[in-house]
Amino acid sequence: MYVVVAGGGQVGFHLAKALTEAGHEVMVIESDRRRAQWIEEQLGSVVLNAPADEGRFQLEAGCRRADAVLAVTGDDAKNLVIAQIASYNCGPHGRVIARVNDPKNEIVFKTLGIDETVSSTRVLMNVIEQELPTGGFMPLMPLTGSQLELIEAEIAAGSPSAGKRVRDLKLPAGALIGGIVRGGKVVPAADATLEAGDRVIVFAPTASEAEVRGTLYG
Amino acid sequence: MNVLIVGCGRVGATLAGLLDGEGHSVTVVDVERASFAHLPAGFKGTTFLGNGTDLDVLRQVGVDRVDAVLTMTEGDNRNLMAAQIAKEIFGVKKVLAKVNDPIRAEIYRAKGLTTFSRTTILAVLVRAMLMGEKEVGEVLLQRTLALERELAQAEAREAPAPAD
Repeated sequence: MYVVVAGGGQVGFHLAKALTEAGHEVMVIESDRRRAQWIEEQLGSVVLNAPADEGRFQLEAGCRRADAVLAVTGDDAKNLVIAQIASYNCGPHGRVIARVNDPKNEIVFKTLGIDETVSSTRVLMNVIEQELPTGGFMPLMPLTGSQLELIEAEIAAGSPSAGKRVRDLKLPAGALIGGIVRGGKVVPAADATLEAGDRVIVFAPTASEAEVRGTLYG
Repeated sequence: MNVLIVGCGRVGATLAGLLDGEGHSVTVVDVERASFAHLPAGFKGTTFLGNGTDLDVLRQVGVDRVDAVLTMTEGDNRNLMAAQIAKEIFGVKKVLAKVNDPIRAEIYRAKGLTTFSRTTILAVLVRAMLMGEKEVGEVLLQRTLALERELAQAEAREAPAPAD
């Protein structure tokens, strides 16, 4: 595979190193001259010393023939623009994946057309949450043309909503539990009582995500 | 008009002062408290310390209730991100983003975002001034000069009288 890595910080450098060692071809775009030089000393001539958020340098790095462009700087605004310009400039051939530093921005990136995001905070949270009674609370996707989003929330044994009837939950205005996934089957929400292990699918205004979380987890 | 300005550098602050002076309701957001010093004396609008690309900050300043969002930070990417959030997530009708890189300004304009580039505006205007092409920027130039006179006079009024 040919992979363009936009941003040569800690994540970008180790990603490029791992990809190279796995036999893939990479090009790192890094705007800081000294950092670019240092990466070149480590990995060879696989660095373009230029700003990755300018389209012409993405093209120069060969993003048209790349199988993937990875926007992995430590700055979410920059990653968003790198990913959007890559999607715009580099055609439908390759995948565009953006690193999200603030997990809140996952939903922002998805709404703005960047579907593939990776959040290290989210990955670590998911590991930790398995140990905590908060369960997993995951905004899945925004619903196009509305200010609504779809949320999946796993009810853990200690959650205050466990054992409550869905109709007794005080969800924020405009939010609705669409269904419950229990034991691999969909259970209609209307008359159900929540149990530990249920995965609840919620439709909610993007603005009231925190309130939904509060209702389900206290 | 109810206006939110993201970024209180020289451009954002001057714009905020201009709109405030015309009686519009203005809120300015910036990550640096010191930036608010750019605002003209007597500014009656609201200042809010926070990151204008942050969903929660935008919600807190009431982005869903404003008529226009103008993103004026020093960073093109931050301006583009804040503008897109305002337009696509909060449904703000009038959104303007300052994008100094002309190529990026054009790419996002093609995607339906209203952008302008100080770089090209200045380059075209300065060239026209040099060549004496009055029709290009005469109105802009006259208004700019009037605003600058006004700002300088206001500052002179604020400053303590020279001791002589």
